[in-house]
Amino acid sequence: MKIFAKKYLILFLSLTLLLTITSGCGSSDQKGDQETYKIGAIFDITGPASSLGIPERDSALLIEKEINDRGGINGHKIQLIIEDNESNETKAVQAAKKLIEVDKVLAIAGPSTTGTSMAIIDTIQKSQIPMVSAAAGSAIVNPVDQRKWVFKSAQSDSVVVDKLTDYLVETKAKKIAFLSMNNAFGDGGRKVFETEAPKKGLEIVALEKFGATDNDMTPQLTKIKSVKPDAVVVWAIPPSASILTKNYRQLQIDVPLIHSHGIGNQAFIDLAQDAANGVIFPVGRLLVAESLPADNPQKSVLVKYAADYEAMFKQPRSTFGGHAYDSISLIVAAIEKAGPDRIKIRDELEKIQGFAGISGIFNMSPQDHNGLQKDALVMVKIENNKWVVVE
Amino acid sequence: MPLGNELLQYLLTGLTLGGIYALIALGFVTIYTVTGHINFTQGEFVMLGALTSISMIKLGLPMWLAITVAVAIVGIFGAAFERVVIYPARNSSVVTIIIITIGFSVAIRGVALLLWGTQSYPMQPFSSGPPINILGAIMNRQSIWVLLLSIVVVITLFIFFERTVMGKALKACAINRLAASLMGISPQKMSLFCFSLCASIGALAGIFITPITTATYDMGLMLGLKGFVAAVLGGLTNTTGAILGGFLLGILEAMGAGLISSGYKDAISFLILLLVLLNRPEGLLGKPERDRV
Amino acid sequence: MKTKSTKGFLQRNLSIIFFIAIVILIALLIPNPYYLGNFVIIGIFTIVVVGLCLLMGYTGQVSLGHAAFYGLGAYSSALLTAKVGFTPLLAMVIAAVITGIVAFLIGIATLRLKEHYLALATLGSGIIIYIFFNEQVNITGGPSGFSGIPYFSFGSWQFDTERSYYFLVWSFVLLAIIFARNIVSSRIGRALRAIHTSEIAATCMGIPAFQYKVQIFVISAIYASIAGSLYAHYITFMSPSPFGFQASVEFVLMAAIGGLASIWGPLFGVTAVLFLTEFLKTVVPEIMPSAGGEYEIIFFGLILVIVMIFMPEGLVGGIKDYFAKGKIKKLAIKVNQDLAEFPENDLPSDRNKGVQ
Repeated sequence: MKIFAKKYLILFLSLTLLLTITSGCGSSDQKGDQETYKIGAIFDITGPASSLGIPERDSALLIEKEINDRGGINGHKIQLIIEDNESNETKAVQAAKKLIEVDKVLAIAGPSTTGTSMAIIDTIQKSQIPMVSAAAGSAIVNPVDQRKWVFKSAQSDSVVVDKLTDYLVETKAKKIAFLSMNNAFGDGGRKVFETEAPKKGLEIVALEKFGATDNDMTPQLTKIKSVKPDAVVVWAIPPSASILTKNYRQLQIDVPLIHSHGIGNQAFIDLAQDAANGVIFPVGRLLVAESLPADNPQKSVLVKYAADYEAMFKQPRSTFGGHAYDSISLIVAAIEKAGPDRIKIRDELEKIQGFAGISGIFNMSPQDHNGLQKDALVMVKIENNKWVVVE
Repeated sequence: MPLGNELLQYLLTGLTLGGIYALIALGFVTIYTVTGHINFTQGEFVMLGALTSISMIKLGLPMWLAITVAVAIVGIFGAAFERVVIYPARNSSVVTIIIITIGFSVAIRGVALLLWGTQSYPMQPFSSGPPINILGAIMNRQSIWVLLLSIVVVITLFIFFERTVMGKALKACAINRLAASLMGISPQKMSLFCFSLCASIGALAGIFITPITTATYDMGLMLGLKGFVAAVLGGLTNTTGAILGGFLLGILEAMGAGLISSGYKDAISFLILLLVLLNRPEGLLGKPERDRV
Repeated sequence: MKTKSTKGFLQRNLSIIFFIAIVILIALLIPNPYYLGNFVIIGIFTIVVVGLCLLMGYTGQVSLGHAAFYGLGAYSSALLTAKVGFTPLLAMVIAAVITGIVAFLIGIATLRLKEHYLALATLGSGIIIYIFFNEQVNITGGPSGFSGIPYFSFGSWQFDTERSYYFLVWSFVLLAIIFARNIVSSRIGRALRAIHTSEIAATCMGIPAFQYKVQIFVISAIYASIAGSLYAHYITFMSPSPFGFQASVEFVLMAAIGGLASIWGPLFGVTAVLFLTEFLKTVVPEIMPSAGGEYEIIFFGLILVIVMIFMPEGLVGGIKDYFAKGKIKKLAIKVNQDLAEFPENDLPSDRNKGVQ
């Protein structure tokens, strides 16, 4: 056996060497062109969060093309290096390390979800590289003194909860039932809602969860129906958000169904079909770009992005794609002022003011690495399978 | 809603979920009884059925034809799977077969990802209309289709096993493979047929549940797992047990989520599964297996 | 031990020395820390899979819940260091003890079950533990997880670079392999092989089969726990998702590809799988530009199926067989025809010699 042990150890050695050499070659040919600025991007392109990651990847490709078509940043072309973390935290950390150590990118856009973003924060902080996450969780940028290098472009769940609870107070709903998806996104929303809602005089009468792969949420909804809430708030993404909405209609619960910004894509409506009608949710203005008044500072950005995206990928717009677009736009804006220097890029990111992006007008500060307030959101209602702004 | 109504609602939801699990469990049980293999690919047959039928509908086929074609395709696929993968490994150990079927299901999932992408696909319910109200509790129409299908499949399987030559031959294989082959029944042909049959049942199940659950390339993993649990719960060798196990699992899940904790609902079902396994390893309706020395 | 000849002892040391040489060589050959990071993950998985192979290869029991033990180790280490303030080494030991106890309880309850029932029982226990990671929000941080786990340290010695962590992890891999080898060649190893061949026969010979099975189950869980601790201090962020059912399945697949009943197999299996994944990830998009993501699982699954059909002993076993057959061929040329008349009788015995 020992002889064989040696033989396959040799085999193992040669295999590893071979692969090391080949993988080494892959990275070396990316050098050469000193003119190109490299920006890294990590998205959840496959796995459970792929409905976020795919439009994000596509939007990233769109903005890369746009910027290079107009001549790059101060004459330098940009090169996006997009990594797929497969909705997996370990892979996200590995991807971040690869972008930092192998590709030596100037900054990183993404990841797509709160879970994967949280996972790479330690790596980002340690390597001192600016990152602009496209995920919602406010924990990604808070506490800000421990998140020096971390920014994010999606509206924080605290901002969304703020907008949503305002709406509930306006509609005179008092007793609220809350349902969340059992992952980092739903959990983040639940934590913020649990602390913020009572401050506005709302009473949480039920708190339920469901799994991302669950096929039927009727039991949770039955329980909620029995406590007779004034409104039901759901924190989830499709497809489970859609299945839940169908179950909600089947149970004929007649109080308003309010979702989070997690359903800001066509997939939600496609999957929930007619059950989607009547759903109300807070979301960025992208979905209703065309119906905005002409003097809205975001309108031109939104309409252009939506038109380009829909033309290039033959897919309906999604707010997630908008987040990725913003992440990269913010990084590009910072590089324009700072040049290829990670420290200066970070400093410039923190100084960005009045930047009209897809998700809102960004006003960054040393205390706020998200830069969005609740005015970045509008309440949208789904009517006849279309998004309509609620006045 | 009064508690009684609530309980009835949990029960009805449990029946819906149970019908889904039972249909998948049937595939596990039939293959296990005839060939002695645990086929972890069963969940992928469900996924293939659902997604193939959706593609067929997109091609413009009418619903019934799309379903027939999808079931036929998956049935042929099941037969091919038996010939190419299971047959060469038929004499391997239980563990090896488990690993092979898991490995193959991973590969199928990859192919499905390539063909259909990561998005979810909806399907129209078979009959439209508002959900049905039973004493204040609600059941949607598609759930009734699922329940009907599981009943029809069980009855068909029963008649098939008891009344037809082919079925009796399969049963003979299940009882004693050597004796069956001495009687001129080819266990290999039976195995081929059995995999094809179970793939078709899986495909049917997938098609029937898609209007409720939507279909994605990775739906087979969880469904296969739950179906396996249901099969073992009912006793791996017993068709009626599979149905019972499926419904029991579904009801447990619904009751657990509604009455105890929605976060712990799966933990509750698995805990009960463990308790059943420890006290009656042969499952609720299974016959105890004897050790072979 | 003492029955081993001096020559065998030397040879054993030779393979270990060889192994150490490769580990150092890789560190020297790879200047880029990112690629060393890949080897860190390989090392961590190897430790889990060595433990799993002890269980699967030597008792014939399949565990579909090993990711939970891996997770228990990781969470215990992470919580004890980040929230209680223990040193990483002490936390690792306590984590191993906790995991060992949990495995012991699961083991005495489930190990009497037969193959597929045991598979399901371990799967069920794994999922229950996974749900606890998700639901005990106050302790584990729930699905959002928690960060702030310190790097591994040894007194004042901090393992905070990829290179130092690489050496740390591979030292553990070395220990894991040596320990596993000692178990296999000890009394318990022989007993386990006997149980694997026929449990009833073994029991008749007075081997307390059940007791041994529980012992090896606990040992294999502790392997996973130690790997989990190393993972926690490497990633420094904890959330439940790496410890779910899919991870358990992946461990089993890696073990199967490498070869269940072998000590070096896990190393080979994990490396082959991870490198193949990386390799396909770069190659597949070149061939199919529209493809993005985990299409590589197609090939991964197919390779596994092919390996299991044609080399049920795993890659290492298959290669061993191949060499053994080559040897026989050479032998057959040398010997006279009258000997070659009984190839069927000679083959197995020769092969056994080679494999021994």
